[in-house]
Amino acid sequence: MNLNLTLIGQAIAFAVFVWFCMKYVWPPVMQALQERQKKIADGLDAASRATRDLELAQEKAEETLRESKEQAQQILEQANKRANQIVEEARDNARAEGERIIEGARSEIDQEINRAKEELRAQVSLLAVAGAERILESSIDEAKHRELVDKLAAEL
Amino acid sequence: MAGNNMTSTEYIQHHLQNMTFGLHPENGWSMAHSAAEAKAMGFWAIHVDTMLWSIGLGVLFLYLFRLVAKRASTGVPTGLQNFVEMMVEFVDNSVRETFHGKSRLIAPLSLTIFCWIFLMNIMDLVPVDFLPVLAQKVGAWFGADPAHVYFKVVPTTDVNATLGMSLSVFALIIFYSIRSKGLSGFIAELTLHPFNTPNKLAQILLIPVNFLLEVVTLLAKPVSLALRLFGNLYAGELIFILIAMVGLWQLPLHFPWAVFHILIITLQAFIFMMLTIVYLSMATEEQH
Repeated sequence: MNLNLTLIGQAIAFAVFVWFCMKYVWPPVMQALQERQKKIADGLDAASRATRDLELAQEKAEETLRESKEQAQQILEQANKRANQIVEEARDNARAEGERIIEGARSEIDQEINRAKEELRAQVSLLAVAGAERILESSIDEAKHRELVDKLAAEL
Repeated sequence: MAGNNMTSTEYIQHHLQNMTFGLHPENGWSMAHSAAEAKAMGFWAIHVDTMLWSIGLGVLFLYLFRLVAKRASTGVPTGLQNFVEMMVEFVDNSVRETFHGKSRLIAPLSLTIFCWIFLMNIMDLVPVDFLPVLAQKVGAWFGADPAHVYFKVVPTTDVNATLGMSLSVFALIIFYSIRSKGLSGFIAELTLHPFNTPNKLAQILLIPVNFLLEVVTLLAKPVSLALRLFGNLYAGELIFILIAMVGLWQLPLHFPWAVFHILIITLQAFIFMMLTIVYLSMATEEQH
């Protein structure tokens, strides 16, 4: 239990150990600890951010889906309307065309009738003349009775 | 029991004697062959066993921690790194809770104190005869008389070891006091408290009283720090030695005492560390 040089030796050893610990042990370990803490904090941050991002993305996807559905509906409606329109138009066109064709046909028929009448008239006049010739057994002067025959034909 | 021809007193004394190397008035620089010779050496002697074990354990502590510090990774820690980080965080938290100033020294100092004292204390759990008898055999190999080879394994049962540390802490207390309050502030703290009065004359008369009280308070810190650790471990060691003398029946006695001693070992290391932090934080902060 006597105090001696050991005391000083211990103090020196203690000082050296503390110095070594302060210089070479404490800083790297603390640095590693702090870095890991930061890493974990960053990881947690990233995780929560990712969750938020996911939520946002899901929302966006839903919205996009809804929008596109609406759009599709709209397009469909438009297409239906357009189709109806086209059908309507086609119907109108067809009706007009038909009427026009009928009109044409009718006018043609009229023309045909007129022409036939003309021809008939001419031929009737000829026939009448021929008949009259036959009846009279002698040829009548065609030029002389022309007016009479034409009048007759016109009456037909 | 080592050497059956010893009496109980001799056995205990043998166990409590350090291996001393020093300047004997008659023999010059030599190993002490008896307690009387060691005493005659006075201050100029060194306890070889204390130095050997304390430095060895300190180096072991620093080697292990340095090993981890060198390849400390920020990934998932494994094995030894886990343990070291646990210790470092534990000490760091203790320091943070108590010491509010900023210092690069306090935390590593506390870590060193805790681990080193813990390792030195834990040598107490090695059965008391193992290493001394081994040392006697080695001593006999070198031609020394086995009866005169002393070997004390637990450095903290040597008051020189504990006092060496506590005086270093004391030096730090004074250094921190003067650094944070200035020399005049430190002197004022020693002389103007706890009794102070607005009356100048009365204040001057009170200075010696204050000084006496404050110096005792100041000196009590390292002394109590050293003697608390030393006393606990010395007593524990003594009881281990007494138990070792019981003979065959020592086992049922030795085990519970060793289990209980685990608590003391840790607790004393922790107390030394905490008190060091507290003293140093008191030194840096205004006390009154």
